[in-house]
Amino acid sequence: MGMTMTQKILAHHAGLDHVKPGDLIKAKLDLVLGNDVTTPVAMEQFHKIGVQEVFDREKIAIVPDHFTPNKDIKSAQQCKSVREFAKKYKIKNYFEIGQMGIEHALIPEKGLVVPGDVVIGADSHTCTYGALGAFSTGVGSTDMAAGMATGEAWFKVPEAIKFELTGKLKPWVSGKDVILHIIGKIGVDGALYKSMEFTGDGLGNLSMDDRFTMANMAIEAGAKNGIFEVDEKTIEYVKEHSQREYTIYKADDDAQYCKVYKIDLGLIKPTVAFPHLPENTRTIDEVGDIPIDQVVIGSCTNGRIEDLRAAAKILEGRKVHPFVRTIIFPATQKIYLQAMEEGLLKIFIEAGAVVSTPTCGPCLGGHMGILAEGERAVATTNRNFVGRMGHPKSEVYLASPAVAAASAVTGKISSPEEVVK
Amino acid sequence: MIRGKVIKYGDNVDTDVIIPARYLNTFDPKELAAHCMEDLDSTFVDRVRSGDIMVAGNNFGCGSSREHAPIAIKASGISCIIACSFARIFYRNAINIGLPIIESPEAATDIQEGHEVEVDIVEGSIKNHTTGKIYKGTPFPEFMQEIMKADGLINYVKERMTKE
Ligand code: SF4
Repeated sequence: MGMTMTQKILAHHAGLDHVKPGDLIKAKLDLVLGNDVTTPVAMEQFHKIGVQEVFDREKIAIVPDHFTPNKDIKSAQQCKSVREFAKKYKIKNYFEIGQMGIEHALIPEKGLVVPGDVVIGADSHTCTYGALGAFSTGVGSTDMAAGMATGEAWFKVPEAIKFELTGKLKPWVSGKDVILHIIGKIGVDGALYKSMEFTGDGLGNLSMDDRFTMANMAIEAGAKNGIFEVDEKTIEYVKEHSQREYTIYKADDDAQYCKVYKIDLGLIKPTVAFPHLPENTRTIDEVGDIPIDQVVIGSCTNGRIEDLRAAAKILEGRKVHPFVRTIIFPATQKIYLQAMEEGLLKIFIEAGAVVSTPTCGPCLGGHMGILAEGERAVATTNRNFVGRMGHPKSEVYLASPAVAAASAVTGKISSPEEVVK
Repeated sequence: MIRGKVIKYGDNVDTDVIIPARYLNTFDPKELAAHCMEDLDSTFVDRVRSGDIMVAGNNFGCGSSREHAPIAIKASGISCIIACSFARIFYRNAINIGLPIIESPEAATDIQEGHEVEVDIVEGSIKNHTTGKIYKGTPFPEFMQEIMKADGLINYVKERMTKE
């Protein structure tokens, strides 16, 4: 029986010729990641193991992005302990405020993941790097601790669902709409324990930023990982960002999939996920009249340069609605700088939006834009659970940067076409 | 053997309601337990008793990878979770920190709030003392049993590293 991309990568990292779904294996890790919320717990566990050193100081990355710049004294204490840990164990890829960005935008940008890698991160959206043709999955702090000590992690080899993409996206439609469409179709547990493999002729029509956004939300369908076939765009991205050698794994022709979906990108419309689950999707023409209080554009899902460009296209020469707080947070310092050089920040500020330093901040209801009781936000983030962005009685609607920017202008959930005529 | 009274929830209980992000500026189990389930059920903290068993529907623990979620549940006194299915990171985390969990759609659907239930983790079997019904689950793979026997992944790794 042939193997899927994920199965091949796992087999290789476990030193095996062949694996099949359900096999429990131990795989060697190319990168172990943590943030300011999960690393403190991992450090404690790491110390309990009692080793003197980490397995490889170049293969660990720590990014304090959640409650930074420190939102309160307790967060400051947590960040301090993480910083001291990074210093003590000489962790090469520790990114201090000023260098830091939202981890899942930063790690690929720094070239720390290349095709064929096995990556674990104590953050559920570690699945983002599947866009690069790597096996990458979120774990908890204890796995991170064991990974830092041993350079290995245990995995159950997943079954896979194949998504065959064809066609080309229409104007104002992006990777975010595609993944929301898919989650709406298969549900928040539609890919539970499974791998989502993206392939097909349509792949070439998706930018790397689109792919990062889609892989990022694989976890929102319950998946273990999302993974994209490697093509010229991937190679181009990797060569631009990394010096490391990479390996391209292609699924065998006779690889087994538990399901195959064919998706015509040309048919996808702008899509919005209603509270309180990412699967509650409606296309923009079915949304109805939903007034909003806040718009958040950014996060590891949609804080990349193309996302900011899409928002700027809509906000240029326009003003945000006087009662809609519009918060834009570029995902990394590099993206921030690029947005400045391209004049996007000026457009945002002139439109009446605020632009924040990179942080997870509002995405997880941490700081920088918490919702009050009964308030509604349109966000380009990835989760709209109860209380995710603040008060348990507030609401989050997930959408693309284009829809979010259009909604900021009109004060209600709107299609970009309504604003840019 | 684990025995306790049941507290029951529905489908897709996410880690944001198990422990909201606003409390993630600490990882002290006691502090976390004080806010466990707060956004879903503000009465949980007051009514949970040590040894109680949590029962839930599909996709329990979906969302963020925060280990604070199983830590909060364990520290609140819950001895075991039975669900139709678990989100995978939560599943890993629970096993890794030594919080027994068991997947049984049949038991999780049948068993109701307040029932008295007994669980055999090694066999994966569940007995409902209130109704007398017995459910046969799937036993854990040997490797996971070893992790649980060691009371979590850290002790397991530690034992192996000192052997090497
Ligand atoms: S931006 Fe949001 S989803 Fe992404 S890592 Fe930060 S908190 Fe998590």
